[in-house]
Amino acid sequence: MLRTRVIPSLLLRNGGLVKGQQFKNHKYVGDPINAVKIFNEKEVDELIFLDISATTNKREPNFELIADIASEAFMPLGYGGGISKVEHIEKLFNLGLEKVIINSAAFYDPKLVSEASQVAGSQSIVVSMDIKKTLLGRYEVMVENGTKRTKLNPLDYAQKMQELGAGELIVCAIDREGTAKGYDLTLMESIANSVDIPVVAIGGAGKLQDLADVVNQTHVSAVAAGNLFVFHGKHKAVLITYPEYSELEQLFNKG
Amino acid sequence: MIVILDYGMGNPSSILNMLRKAGGDAVVTADLDTIKSATAIIMPGVGAFDNGMTRLRDLCLIPILTQKIVKENTPFMGICLGMQLLFERSDEGELLGLGWLAGEVKRFDFSTLEDKRGLKVPHMGWNIVNPVECDTLYLGLEQEARFYFVHSYYVNCRDPQDVFATTIYGHEFTCSVRKRNIWGAQFHPEKSHRFGLQFFRNFLKEVDSASN
Repeated sequence: MLRTRVIPSLLLRNGGLVKGQQFKNHKYVGDPINAVKIFNEKEVDELIFLDISATTNKREPNFELIADIASEAFMPLGYGGGISKVEHIEKLFNLGLEKVIINSAAFYDPKLVSEASQVAGSQSIVVSMDIKKTLLGRYEVMVENGTKRTKLNPLDYAQKMQELGAGELIVCAIDREGTAKGYDLTLMESIANSVDIPVVAIGGAGKLQDLADVVNQTHVSAVAAGNLFVFHGKHKAVLITYPEYSELEQLFNKG
Repeated sequence: MIVILDYGMGNPSSILNMLRKAGGDAVVTADLDTIKSATAIIMPGVGAFDNGMTRLRDLCLIPILTQKIVKENTPFMGICLGMQLLFERSDEGELLGLGWLAGEVKRFDFSTLEDKRGLKVPHMGWNIVNPVECDTLYLGLEQEARFYFVHSYYVNCRDPQDVFATTIYGHEFTCSVRKRNIWGAQFHPEKSHRFGLQFFRNFLKEVDSASN
């Protein structure tokens, strides 16, 4: 049986690891290479790095840093941030990444997704979509780290990305991000049911039970979280943790 | 020296990293002379079947690989697409494969299942690898050893003797093959933590004993 994947998602800004809340108020939490080494020992299912300063500052991925991260990663590794050309994607795969994550560029230049999946195979091309609830309570796709509205409905967008060749979708509920209020189950289930490709839920995990809820109550294929694996206790001390394999197995089997 | 084939498909650097962690070393190349003197060859592969065959052909790799692997019995490991290319044909492409192993590459198809929502394609994530016999590459691995998979196609061996390990996703499929000096893995040992590390250690042992 394929157990649902549990993926720490780490944010990079100017070469350091940061964490924030609802895409704001980021604080420095440590060195990415050190984090990779710890996650190796904890045998994490996968690891995701998102560089939130790349697209905002309109710069390319920091290939040097990514190469250092990749050389220490003995688990599947995904990277997103600042990817806007097929050449970026080829270069990232050469560095030893398994997955590249495209966010804003998938909206502005959808053919990048299809070109990338032809070059690298769909399974390696992940589209990350950030979703916010509008004042009217409708879900809307946002880009550029949640700062720009697209007026697009997430279900249409998800299906379009699948048609273009995306092999996986990371769905982030912006309103939940960093809040520890649990995943947005309604959003996750509706997207997971509208596509055939795997959906990764992110945004809102505050405790292990939150992972269990989204896994047991929706059809997502994986769950990702940031704070949950990086912070500890009510004072949010920086401490990297990850549950034991057997613990996850038990959590996810309760149904 | 072990050669990790650099034919533009996949992640040779990840394999090199893990091989080094396992105490070995290798050179990442497509240079024909280096391949000629290789003690073992690892063929990675991420991407489409026809692309893979085209790259092998364009780089003139097929004759030298056939000479080394089929005629000289040099230890060989194909990973993911690098294993699928060993077969005769694939649902994914038009081109013929290398045909060193009998059988074909099929696409996962769960469309006839009533509840297919839990069974997405690609098969992506960690799954249990069940060796048919517990020897060589799977030595020292506990039962329930798990490896990382990401693929939409799987191999179907015509000769059951070639099946080395199986995994269950929707149905049982062959996740690892062996025929004499030829090994293949559908999963990614280079990204499978201590399980992959042990797998590569075992492969290095096989390479050592073959060259002595």
